[in-house]
Amino acid sequence: MNISWYIVLSALLFTIGAIGILVRRSPMVILLCLELMLNAGNLALVAFSREVGNAQGQVFALVVMVIAACEVVVGLGLIVAIFRRKLPLDVDDLRELRG
Amino acid sequence: MTATSWAWLVLLFPLLGSITIALSYRLTSWRFAGIVGTAAIALAFICGIGALICLLGEDPEARHHASSLWEYASVASLQIKLGIYVDPLSVFMVLIVSGVSTLIHVYSFGYMQSDEGYHRFFSYLNFFVFSMLLLVLAGNFVLLIVGWAFVGFASYALISFWYRRTTATRAGMKAFVINVVGDIGLVLAAFLIFQQLHTFDYTEVFAKAPQVFHTNQWTVTAICLLLLVGAFAKSAQLPFHTWLPDAMEGPTPVSSLIHAATMVTAGVYLIARTHVLFVLAPTAADIAAFVGLATLLVAASIALVMTDLKRAIAYSTMSQIGYMVVGVSIGAYSAGMFHLMTHAFFKALLFMAAGSIISAMANNQNIDDMRGFGKAMRFTSIAMLCGSLALAAFPGTSGFFSKDEILAYATQRGGMYLIFTVLGYAGALLTAVYTFRLVFRVLPGRPCKEAQELIDTGHLAHEPPRNPASGEEEDTDVGFPGAEHHIAEQAPSMKWAMAVLSFLALFAGLVQVPGLDHMVTNFLAPVFADSPLAAIEPSTGASWVGLLIGAAISVAGIGIAYWAYVLRPEVPGKLIERFGWLHTFLYNKWYFDELIDVLVVRPALAIGRFANRTFERFVVDGLVTGTGETVREAGSVVRAVQNGLVRTYALLLLVGFAALALYFLISSS
Repeated sequence: MNISWYIVLSALLFTIGAIGILVRRSPMVILLCLELMLNAGNLALVAFSREVGNAQGQVFALVVMVIAACEVVVGLGLIVAIFRRKLPLDVDDLRELRG
Repeated sequence: MTATSWAWLVLLFPLLGSITIALSYRLTSWRFAGIVGTAAIALAFICGIGALICLLGEDPEARHHASSLWEYASVASLQIKLGIYVDPLSVFMVLIVSGVSTLIHVYSFGYMQSDEGYHRFFSYLNFFVFSMLLLVLAGNFVLLIVGWAFVGFASYALISFWYRRTTATRAGMKAFVINVVGDIGLVLAAFLIFQQLHTFDYTEVFAKAPQVFHTNQWTVTAICLLLLVGAFAKSAQLPFHTWLPDAMEGPTPVSSLIHAATMVTAGVYLIARTHVLFVLAPTAADIAAFVGLATLLVAASIALVMTDLKRAIAYSTMSQIGYMVVGVSIGAYSAGMFHLMTHAFFKALLFMAAGSIISAMANNQNIDDMRGFGKAMRFTSIAMLCGSLALAAFPGTSGFFSKDEILAYATQRGGMYLIFTVLGYAGALLTAVYTFRLVFRVLPGRPCKEAQELIDTGHLAHEPPRNPASGEEEDTDVGFPGAEHHIAEQAPSMKWAMAVLSFLALFAGLVQVPGLDHMVTNFLAPVFADSPLAAIEPSTGASWVGLLIGAAISVAGIGIAYWAYVLRPEVPGKLIERFGWLHTFLYNKWYFDELIDVLVVRPALAIGRFANRTFERFVVDGLVTGTGETVREAGSVVRAVQNGLVRTYALLLLVGFAALALYFLISSS
């Protein structure tokens, strides 16, 4: 199968994620879009890895997944904290870091 | 023990005393401070005698020793040692300084008794004595400058001792500033000496100087003139004298110790110490002598009209130091030092007596208000009489022999120096008149209110204390002599100090009577042996002729004072009426303060104000605020980016990465 399909899919996913981050205001959705972008990157890594024929790209993809998991933990933790403080779940309203 | 170890001990005790008193002021009583302070100075005096005995046991040629504890600074070819130099001149000064200081400490023990700052006073006083001893014992110019500056500080601290008195703090600052001008002269002189001779050590400087310089070479003249600036500022010679009369704001023992007996003679000591250089620069020596002569006449004329008791004595101090400066400058070294010694005795005594009288007057220093203390305070009056007789050079007293020795030397040197003899005798006449003007106005006559109270009840006058200079009521909470005043009749320690000094004022002159004995000259001879001027010696006959003239002038002066102030008390008033302009001129101290104000203070202030308005405002302020403004402006431009909107950041990030990717794509293809 031609690698360009994978790359096009990856680019599409990345763009969707990027646009999602730019237009949506809910931190929850932004987090999801972020995941989408990371996984688009993973897809490209794995595709290139298979094309080149060694495992390095796949190892990178695994590392990215671990980092993504960490990032989700922190991000979700922030969202829960914001919710507990009864603050609006809207990144435009949360402009200032004042408690 | 060697002479140098004794000398180190001389320095050690006052320093220890000062530190002990300063650190223990919360823990100990006033009595402790007084005893420790006095004992420290007395020990220094005893060690001074030890050094003297050591020196006397040696061959006269070998009576000079240098010793150093460690090296102060050692850089390239420059080596400054913490070293002292012990020779007859320094030991002579050590004995005078520590001896008179001991007596003044004893006096202060009683005089300052009820003062709030008793510990502070004795700590300062000990520090002063330490600095003064350091000054006279220093073995190189660097240590001399250290002592010189310390003494200036001690003087400042003690003049401003009653720090709630505005006039006192101002007088302290004035003294300090003028002394610093002198310090600058001394420092520059030391620089020049180092530049020319590559050393600071006395022994090396004095050994090298005659080989390096030829007579009246401009460098050696410049060095001497700069040394003179230092000497004149410290010794209150024209035109640096204005601080001394103002320094009388300090407590009377301070006036007695610093501003009469010891510190102000440092300039005389400096000239005597560096006589080798002055021999090489006769022009500078002559300038010094003429300044001394001018000072002695100007100060004596001002002392004639001063109504403030202490200030009148202060002007007399200036005048007497003028004699000493004349002496050591024209070559009468030992005569000058001899006069320094006798002056230390009788002037300290006069100040003590004045302090006692001022105490009895409840701090009023105006002699117009004083009368009849002869009956009220017998002991003080006798002491004052002894001091005044010595100051007026009454035949047989100490001042008689010392002053005439200087003038006899001037006669012997002849030529231009006869001016010093003639005007010196004129000054002596003025001295006798102004001295006994004070005596005849204060001691005889119908007792004034305060004196009468003392006679009737034995109580001292008590009025709310007032500043003698401005008449303002004083803040007695801190920094003021306590509620009680002390006079010699009621304080034994004051009495003892004054008794010893009275004895010395009357009889100390007998150590050096022409034709009989020459103790001071013989002792100091090795120091001045290298000066060709020291070989000039008036014959015994000439000295006695000089003494007779001096005696006649002194008696005449006392007679004039007696006639004008006792027999015909209306005369002075008439004279003032007749010569009002002269009286005003003298009363305003020849307008020296105003002159210096116009010539120095105002231009300096104007320059300062100008610099403040231009340089400070535009250059310094411009630089400082300019830097701040630039940063702030730059910040406000960038600030817009930090708006807190996460999505804007994300957009910027994306755009940035896209731009980077585009750049690499374009550049790689």
